[in-house]
Amino acid sequence: MPDSTTASKDILMGDISRETIRSADIDPTFVDKIVAAGADRIRTCIQCGTCSSVCPSGRRTAFRTRELMRKALLGLKEDVLSSPDLWLCATCLTCLERCPRQIKVTDAIIIMRNMAVKEGFMLPQHRKSAQKLLQTGHAVPLDDANQEMRRELGIVEIPPTTHSSEQALAQVKEIMRQTGFNALVEGEGAGAN
Amino acid sequence: MTQAQTYSFFLGCVMPNRFPNVEKSIRVVLPKLGIDIEDLQGASCCPAPGVIRSFSEPTWLALASRNLALAEAAGHDILTGCNGCYGTFKEALHVVHENPERLKEVQRILKSVGVKYEAKADAKHLVEIIYNLGLENLRKKVTRPLNGLRVGTHYGCHLLKPTKLRPWKQTQKYTFLDELVEVTGAESVKYKEKFLCCGAGGGVRGSNVPVSIDIAREKLDNMIEAGAECIVDVCSFCHLQFEMSQPQLNKEIGDRYHLPVFYYTQLLGLAMGIDPEELGLHKHVISTDALVDRFL
Repeated sequence: MPDSTTASKDILMGDISRETIRSADIDPTFVDKIVAAGADRIRTCIQCGTCSSVCPSGRRTAFRTRELMRKALLGLKEDVLSSPDLWLCATCLTCLERCPRQIKVTDAIIIMRNMAVKEGFMLPQHRKSAQKLLQTGHAVPLDDANQEMRRELGIVEIPPTTHSSEQALAQVKEIMRQTGFNALVEGEGAGAN
Repeated sequence: MTQAQTYSFFLGCVMPNRFPNVEKSIRVVLPKLGIDIEDLQGASCCPAPGVIRSFSEPTWLALASRNLALAEAAGHDILTGCNGCYGTFKEALHVVHENPERLKEVQRILKSVGVKYEAKADAKHLVEIIYNLGLENLRKKVTRPLNGLRVGTHYGCHLLKPTKLRPWKQTQKYTFLDELVEVTGAESVKYKEKFLCCGAGGGVRGSNVPVSIDIAREKLDNMIEAGAECIVDVCSFCHLQFEMSQPQLNKEIGDRYHLPVFYYTQLLGLAMGIDPEELGLHKHVISTDALVDRFL
């Protein structure tokens, strides 16, 4: 796909421009999948904007939760899944609490993120943390400086986690193999940072 | 699960691997309060509710369930000191309790690696357990009151929300953590947007540092404006955010952020007369020395 944006700007009559949503960009099954995955009230969205108004990321970026919900309802799948904005939600859950339609907004975002990753859209830093989980059982593994600090503090130098048990790590790795996590994060772009 | 006062201590990632001083304070303070903790052996990442869950919800659920299964086998509920881990366990339990087919799917995966899981062990935040001891009982433990200390109390998000899946009394304005701070003799100051996110979660700190630390900056400014001299938090990831974002902000926008960041058990431990080094207070990114010295 050469252009992942769904709305292209057409210049009409000099200064007036508009965005056109093309039928070809609409995937009517997109919202069905979001609903099926658990954000069951998303269709009741009235575009009131409460979600955007309470969003800490939206205060300082162009990220608009309301827009994301609207695009999801319209079925603008590629636009939504390919946008780095999808990853600006800090999952603070304030929108979920305040939504007057009781839409599980944060859940909807997490569902769309899962779809994005499946389609290969993953930020490089996120791929790195996922690979650390895959290798060590921890998204933030122990490093030398902290091992030293643990020793100085008089607590067990290697934490009693997957870090100190081969067997536990093997279990965790096997679980991730079965859920397809390996394939998901190691696939395309793995090792390329 | 059981009435036993022993909990399986779940460490997570950030606490043991980046802030072992916080872990140390928990290990020192909880037994002195009569809360027994036993290490949960072989646990992994919880995994993180905003990041790993965003990549693969089924992986998140399976690994979270494995951690819960380890506690179940030990016969205890999980005790965690991280809001993220707490959120993961609460939500993972909700998913399998509400959807029997998801429980079956997880049981099948866990069984294949020799782990039995019935979704019976619960997860508790250490603040929940400390609060349930009762303020009067806690007050009796305070031998070095932190009178005059002005604290910016930070609850964090996943400790409180989604409110339907949390044990706290439903209210528009929580006070339990402020009460726990004030039991030490300190004052929990009123500041703008106390319940604002720290900015670290959801993979934002990992992928977009400028946005993440700008959210932290807003919180810090609000605390400073209200006269806070330090922050008290109850989440290892919020703790990381406040410790690390201040030097980052000082580099970016000028040297103005030097608020020491206490994890709650460090504050309580100090008020209980425990040696500051036993609480790891000498291992902070932002020095706590000047504040701590006031009370020695």
